[in-house]
Amino acid sequence: MTGRDLDPTLKRLLGSNEPEIGCDECFEQLDRYVEFELAGAPADELVPGLRAHLVGCPACAEEHESLRALLELDSVS
Amino acid sequence: MAASDTNPDVSALAQAPGLEEWHLDLDAEGICGDEAVAQLHGLLLRAARFEVFRRRGSLPQLGAAELDDLAQEAADDAVVSVLRRLGDFRGESSFRTWAYKFALLEASVKVRRRAWRDREVMLEPEHWESLAHSGLGPDDAAENAALLEAVRDGIQTALTPRQRQVLVAAVLEGVPIDVLAERLDSNRNALYKMLHDARRRLRAYVAEAGFPEVNE
Repeated sequence: MTGRDLDPTLKRLLGSNEPEIGCDECFEQLDRYVEFELAGAPADELVPGLRAHLVGCPACAEEHESLRALLELDSVS
Repeated sequence: MAASDTNPDVSALAQAPGLEEWHLDLDAEGICGDEAVAQLHGLLLRAARFEVFRRRGSLPQLGAAELDDLAQEAADDAVVSVLRRLGDFRGESSFRTWAYKFALLEASVKVRRRAWRDREVMLEPEHWESLAHSGLGPDDAAENAALLEAVRDGIQTALTPRQRQVLVAAVLEGVPIDVLAERLDSNRNALYKMLHDARRRLRAYVAEAGFPEVNE
C-alpha cells in the first residue's frame, strides 16, 4: 500500500487496494494454488488475486496454511 | 493437564492415504460406492483431526474425546459437501487435495465457532473507539496521530452502520468472520465482501483527508 510503516491495526483496518478475489473464489482455487506453491510454480501469477485475499482474510489464510501443512506432511509420510 | 494430553490421538496423521482411484467409485451404486465413501470419510477424518489438532490452543476447555467429536462432525459434514460437489471436480489438482479443503474448512469453522460459543460479540458502533487503545506506542502515536484521526473519522462518517459493525468486530474486536456470519445470519463470502467494501470506502476517505498513500 505504502512505504509508510503503519501500525498493524491500521493496516488491517485499511486493507490493500490490490485486486483480490472473494472467499468463495478463494476456496474454489485453493487446492490448485497450494499445489502450484508446493511444486515451485508461480502460484501468484497462475491464480491472481488469491494472495491478496489471504492477506486480508485471516480465516482463508488459516485454511491455506493448514492445507499446505497437511500436504507437506503427506509428502514426508 | 498438559495440552498434549487433552488432544485426540493424531498418530494416524503420519499415515498418508493411499492411491486415489477409488474416488471414481464415489457416485457408484452398491458396495463399490459404499467402500469409496468409506475411504473418503477416512481421508476427510484425517484432515479434520489434523486441523482440530492445529487449532486446539483456542479450545483449552475441551478434552481429547470432545476434540475428536468435533473432528468427526467436521468429517461427516465434509463428506456430504464433497459428494454434493463431485461434479465440480475438474482434476485441476489431485482429488486428495481437492477433498482435503472441504474437511479443513468444516473443521476450522467448527473450531472457531466453538471457541466463541460462550463469548459475547460486541457489535455496538461505539466500540470502534477502542482503536485509540490499539497498541500504538508513544512515538508511533505521535507520528500517526493525524492518520489515526482520519481513520476514526472515516469509520464514523464514511461507512454504513453495517459496514462499521463488521469492520469493528472483525478487525478491532478480533471476531472470526465465521462467528460473525453466524451471529449476523450471513455467510463468510458476503461478510468479507462487506469488509472489503468498508475498507475501500475508508481508504478513499483517508486519502481524501490528506493521506493519498493509503490508496497507492
